[in-house]
Amino acid sequence: MTYIRHIEHENIVHRCFRCGYCKFPSDYSDFNCPSYKAFGWDTYSPGGRMWLTRAWLSGEIETSARFAEIMFSCVACDNCKDQCVFPRFKDFLPDIFQETRAELVGEGRIPPGVRDYFKAVAVSGNPYKLPQSERGDWAKGTGLKPYTNQKYLFYAGCVGSYDEVGKRMAKSVGKILVDAGLSVGILGGEEGCDGNDVRALGEMGLFAQLAQTNIEKFKAKGVKEIITLDPHALNTFKKDYPGLGGRFQVRHFTEVLAELIRKKKIKLKAYPVKITYHDPCYLGRHQSIYQAPREILKAIPKAEFVEMHRSGPDSFCCGGGGGNFFTDILGTAEDSASRVRVREAVQTGASILAVACPNCAKMLSDAVKMEHLEERLEVLGIAEILERARK
Amino acid sequence: MVQLKFDQKVCASCRSADCLLKCQYMTFSGHKEAHGEMMKVMKGKDSRVLTECVTCYACEEYCTRGNHPFYLISEKREEKGMFTAPRPITTQWKNMTQMQGKYLVGNVKDTALSCCYLPELGQLGTGEIFKDVASAGVFGAEFMCPAVHSHFARMSVIKERLPVVIENYRKLGVKEVICMHDECYGTLTSMASAYGMEVPFKPVYYLDFVWQRMQELKDKIKPLGITVAYQRSCSNRLIPDKLPVVKKIFKLIGVKAPKRKYQDENALCCAEILRSVSGYKLADDVQKRNIDDMLASGAEYCVFNCPACQTSLSEKVAKRGLKPVHIIDLCKMAIGEKEREAAS
Amino acid sequence: MSDIRKALVDIVGERGVSDAPEELWFYSRDPGVLAPHKPDFVVAPKTAEEVQKIVQLANREKIPIVPMGNGMSLAGLVIPLKGGIVLDMKRMNKILEVNPMARYVVVEGGTSQGALKAYLQKNHPTLRHSIPDAPSTTTIAANVSLHGQGRLTNQYGFNSDMVTGLEVVLPTGEICRIGSPSIGPYWISKGPTLPDLSGLFLGWLGCTGVITKVGLKLYPNKKIRDAELFVTDRLDLIPHILYKLTHLEMLEDINVWFQPKPLMFLGNYHITIFFTGDTEEEVEFKRKMVWDCLQEYMDSKDGGFMSIQYMKPMLLEMPGRNIADFADVPKGGGFEYSGPIAPIEHFPQYAAKVVELAAKYNVLYASTARLISGGHSMMYSISFAFNRNDPAMMDRVEKALDEATAFALGMGGIPWKPNFKEQKMLLEKMEPNARRLLLMIKKNLDPQGIMNPGNWEVNA
Repeated sequence: MTYIRHIEHENIVHRCFRCGYCKFPSDYSDFNCPSYKAFGWDTYSPGGRMWLTRAWLSGEIETSARFAEIMFSCVACDNCKDQCVFPRFKDFLPDIFQETRAELVGEGRIPPGVRDYFKAVAVSGNPYKLPQSERGDWAKGTGLKPYTNQKYLFYAGCVGSYDEVGKRMAKSVGKILVDAGLSVGILGGEEGCDGNDVRALGEMGLFAQLAQTNIEKFKAKGVKEIITLDPHALNTFKKDYPGLGGRFQVRHFTEVLAELIRKKKIKLKAYPVKITYHDPCYLGRHQSIYQAPREILKAIPKAEFVEMHRSGPDSFCCGGGGGNFFTDILGTAEDSASRVRVREAVQTGASILAVACPNCAKMLSDAVKMEHLEERLEVLGIAEILERARK
Repeated sequence: MVQLKFDQKVCASCRSADCLLKCQYMTFSGHKEAHGEMMKVMKGKDSRVLTECVTCYACEEYCTRGNHPFYLISEKREEKGMFTAPRPITTQWKNMTQMQGKYLVGNVKDTALSCCYLPELGQLGTGEIFKDVASAGVFGAEFMCPAVHSHFARMSVIKERLPVVIENYRKLGVKEVICMHDECYGTLTSMASAYGMEVPFKPVYYLDFVWQRMQELKDKIKPLGITVAYQRSCSNRLIPDKLPVVKKIFKLIGVKAPKRKYQDENALCCAEILRSVSGYKLADDVQKRNIDDMLASGAEYCVFNCPACQTSLSEKVAKRGLKPVHIIDLCKMAIGEKEREAAS
Repeated sequence: MSDIRKALVDIVGERGVSDAPEELWFYSRDPGVLAPHKPDFVVAPKTAEEVQKIVQLANREKIPIVPMGNGMSLAGLVIPLKGGIVLDMKRMNKILEVNPMARYVVVEGGTSQGALKAYLQKNHPTLRHSIPDAPSTTTIAANVSLHGQGRLTNQYGFNSDMVTGLEVVLPTGEICRIGSPSIGPYWISKGPTLPDLSGLFLGWLGCTGVITKVGLKLYPNKKIRDAELFVTDRLDLIPHILYKLTHLEMLEDINVWFQPKPLMFLGNYHITIFFTGDTEEEVEFKRKMVWDCLQEYMDSKDGGFMSIQYMKPMLLEMPGRNIADFADVPKGGGFEYSGPIAPIEHFPQYAAKVVELAAKYNVLYASTARLISGGHSMMYSISFAFNRNDPAMMDRVEKALDEATAFALGMGGIPWKPNFKEQKMLLEKMEPNARRLLLMIKKNLDPQGIMNPGNWEVNA
């Protein structure tokens, strides 16, 4: 053994019974662990990871590309944590996988896609290797101003700033916030990566650096309240930043839009369409925000809202969580999460699949094409739907 | 071990025998028979009372001469090795409430909020009404009033454990303990006094506390304008002087509780203990009469003061169209803290 | 071996074969106490034809094959004792047909219990199958191949009794239909009126072929399920109580359990009685019948019904998710049980033995027994928890279980899902002609001895 390996929760790994409840949603209707669904080996399930981590810590198996793939194919969707039947340690399952990834990062034995992702974020400040100066380009035409001392900072994140689908989504949210008269600004070229997925993938040093930079910048600018486009950013701002001294009031844009509709700051007209909604893991399971997006969609006159079979706390991840959006370890085969998910969405008879996360938007849009469902299903951000229904 | 202070002379000279004549579960031909049976109990003789009493606690209220007929009946039953409920059920209650060092103590200073051994009480003791005391919660067998064992005629368990419970509170250094359960308040007042136990802190009845707080929160109260039936708990029989505060609270929050047959002194037990002691026929009959009466009074809600009654009856009243709600939640509804739909 | 790998990849594709250290390590063990043994390959077929080709290859090359569901027997039945190929059947998980009027379903063998439950709930809410208390990941084929039990076992027998037909890949590679589906399109009988060939596969623990399809009886799913919990501290009364309860002939399931922790359960024996109904009246009627039939024990104060409102969601859950919880009592991720099938009159002796063994080997016990077929027999689970990080404790549990099995055999019981050691004990005790017949069947079906070798063998 070259390394003596330790992870914080190593005193728990042997307590997994590998009973497999973690693979399912609460009604057992299908496998709800994206990596198990995609790869089909028990080793790629949460229980498999627990047992292998134990074998790896004890030196019974060595670090390998396969082991790294098993660990990095976890999308950090938190389904296993909710479904595990062992109340005394279930909450630590995602931590254990994340700690194992961090240990692999420490050893330098990580999949190439993960390495490229870290490198791009470290060097360019974003995974797209695009110039920082272009980061705010998406906001053109929305009326959003640079953040000076407005009440809210609207934080777009990497996907919302650079990806075509993400940008469309950011734009629609930005425009509504401005039109509703909110005092809101953006950092544009000064915005930095939130680091949520860097952390999930186990690069704790880079994460700390990104978070510190952001916290200092927010403080220097006098930011108190943040509205995020991306639930990934929401998650780390709320969960990790306070521990690093960054305490801000953070809300997801769906919470803000729901409130604006309640206060009649957004007026809606009839839009007769059947809509279903996909819960992003970092909004739903990680932050327990299930109602706000539904409240918005149900507020649209004449629109019919239908749930997918797996929804709310039982929702199936799009496969883009925990950095897999960038590293794509799950791949695009028939049983990859995003393709399974759009097939499930179509079964509802909805013509619009509403999303609240730019990662999900992109993953599911691509899956619609792969499944040749373009004629039947349109993936749209919640604010994009509101654009169509606004008076 | 402490002993029950029962004044035999008071009982012997009683001209009413209300303790048994008012009983809703046993019938007697008149004073002579009832008094005679009680005398047998007192003297340690066999009596039908010892086999027929369903342990509803009501005789503690019916006796207005300061004696403790129910505690006496329970003492005598145990002396004779009798069981009310089946033996394994009796054992189970004893084991279940055993102190095992698994208790919770919040940020307790002068005041403790006693949640007995009922987790529901912790959830109830929150929000604006309890904002100053919610963090001072204590919970666990170590702080549980052991009165429940009187249902099983095991006063020895009470005599053994109650001094420890009192001592546990004393060790917290509290001046007062807000009892969130009638049974706790009844135990620390009526029962402790009947057994000559000193309580070195002030037990506060939670509804007195709630009444006080609701007056302070008067501005926030929006009268509920609803009609309710109140389910009086067995342990309220130990503290009948505390019955009026319920009515005061109802009035304050705009709740009507129309007169019904089974109320106050005539209240019927939730009957779950009766199910263990006497079987389903009596329990079903009592519950049916009780719920019929609630409905006849025009009630929309069934209001509970005891989580045990609530667990026993919630599903049953809900099935017949009544909304089950604890009185604290009713108060929370009145100040807009809880939605009406969420009452159950 | 690389030629074999290539041949396997040709059959199931790259994503269906692994000989990576990670899979070999994981698939070499189950959650119980038995020692692991590594396979050479783990293969995950998607069709019966793929299974057939794998079996043909294995026959040619004399490679052992161990079919596996989720490996939850805890008895090491999927540990490849002689290496070879572990067949992970979970990718064969299609629900193929429901005949609602004839009340049966046909599924691929790797279909999980959970998925079937969810499917029926959604598409056929008036039908149900006999859900085992094993985790929902366990598969239908694995369950019937070890004579599993479930929620309806008290009413209708072992889950393997509920089979209505099979599709099996024989050890020599032929795909074979068993029962009515061998004659026509309906999966209505596993055997009768034909000679019942299903007995060549059910209960054989994967030693006589790979079950690729299972027809399974479905039963009425009444709108309401309810439970009562009777407790007594008199062990000697339990067989009589069970006899009275089964005489009612209207109960869904009856479980008897006792455990020392938490403290509230100490000293008592608990009988959970499940019943169902389509109306409140039906449920109340059954509840009263249950209470009335045990009245004498309440009168004598020897037994009574617990108030269980707060426990009901847990009691009524299928499968019972809390059951796995026992594995974490010693904070160590494991438990295993010996589950002899025996007459109900022996409950007191078995119960005493559990406590005796726990004390002797210094291990934690829990015991849950289930009635089978209205009381013709019952399954006693003699269950011990262990800490996976404590090899000495695991060793003690293994010894305690061995002793439990020896005890059961001495009492005339038969071990349920016996591990290879228990099978050996059984074969030794078996009447010689019966043993010869069993081994002859195995030899004839599996001439190369490739199917789950080490099991049902004399010289294992």
